[in-house]
Amino acid sequence: MHELAITVIGPDRPGIVADVSEALAAVGANLTDSTMTRLRGHFTMTLICTGPSPAEAEAAIGTLSGVVTQVRQVSPETYASSGEPYVVSVHGADRLGIVAAVTRVVAAAGGNITDLSTRLAGTLYVLVAEIDLPPAAADELAEQLAVAGAELGVEVTLRRAEPEIL
Amino acid sequence: MIAWDGPAGRVLPVVTAPAPVLSAVGAEVDPCSPEIVQLAADLVATMRVSPGCVGLAAPQVGVGAQVFCVDVTGHPKASTTHGVFVLCNAKVIEASRWKAGREGCMSVPDLTGDVKRAGRVVVSATLPGSGEPVTVTTDAFEARALQHEIDHCAGKLFLDRVAGAHAVYQRKVYL
Ligand SMILES: [Zn+2]
Repeated sequence: MHELAITVIGPDRPGIVADVSEALAAVGANLTDSTMTRLRGHFTMTLICTGPSPAEAEAAIGTLSGVVTQVRQVSPETYASSGEPYVVSVHGADRLGIVAAVTRVVAAAGGNITDLSTRLAGTLYVLVAEIDLPPAAADELAEQLAVAGAELGVEVTLRRAEPEIL
Repeated sequence: MIAWDGPAGRVLPVVTAPAPVLSAVGAEVDPCSPEIVQLAADLVATMRVSPGCVGLAAPQVGVGAQVFCVDVTGHPKASTTHGVFVLCNAKVIEASRWKAGREGCMSVPDLTGDVKRAGRVVVSATLPGSGEPVTVTTDAFEARALQHEIDHCAGKLFLDRVAGAHAVYQRKVYL
């Protein structure tokens, strides 16, 4: 049994998710974790699947027209993130290096980014990241993020993520 | 009782992020001053001409002050409603029944986001003109609108409270 990491990127069109998943199902690939979104109109899909060999998977999705695909064999999860969940919001005028500066500050505090998205809307740049933080690291990180935000001229908020358990 | 009953206002241009005034803490105001009564009137006038606008805060018209108007009358998600009203120096003094919901903002016209807000709030404030202290108890959509506008007066946008990395959405454009 192989575990594969696959990326598919191309111009968005109706039916593209169905085409990708059908092609993979045809070679016995079982999709485990996957994410699909549109980034400025580009279709992007990243997934982990089990089953076929890399060559079989490549042959299956390599015939899809208009998309760039990559298949790579991976080993089972090696880094289990632990810590306290927090959310970082950043917004301000678009400029070079916002993501790099903010994520470097998070990394220096021992934070692990588990999910991140950015949007450019007009001149407004928005970054939202979910992070796992070591115990008691939040106050100091909040101060460092405030310093980085002031240097970048953007607003930064760090707050505890509260899971909705119903 | 808290309904707005003031002079006619002027329609002002609405500023959009990343304008610095939207991220600055608004000043406490003297609700009886003529400038604040005029500002209140202008906020109401600007809200009324803006389609879908259920609330507008002073920073959104470029004034760093703790004044906002709200009108959720007839909104499908509203339960308790107080009509059109303007509050000065408002503070949330009780909040409960937290619930996530999708929010937009005239100052962030291209994005919406999922934000957890209290479904029931008690807000203390003063009314423009009379300076009368009031306590507003409300729920559902009017409670959400009050929290959104009180945030504006504190220099906060819904972007500062979104639930996670996948809780910000490009506003759909229907042609
Ligand atoms: Zn707003």
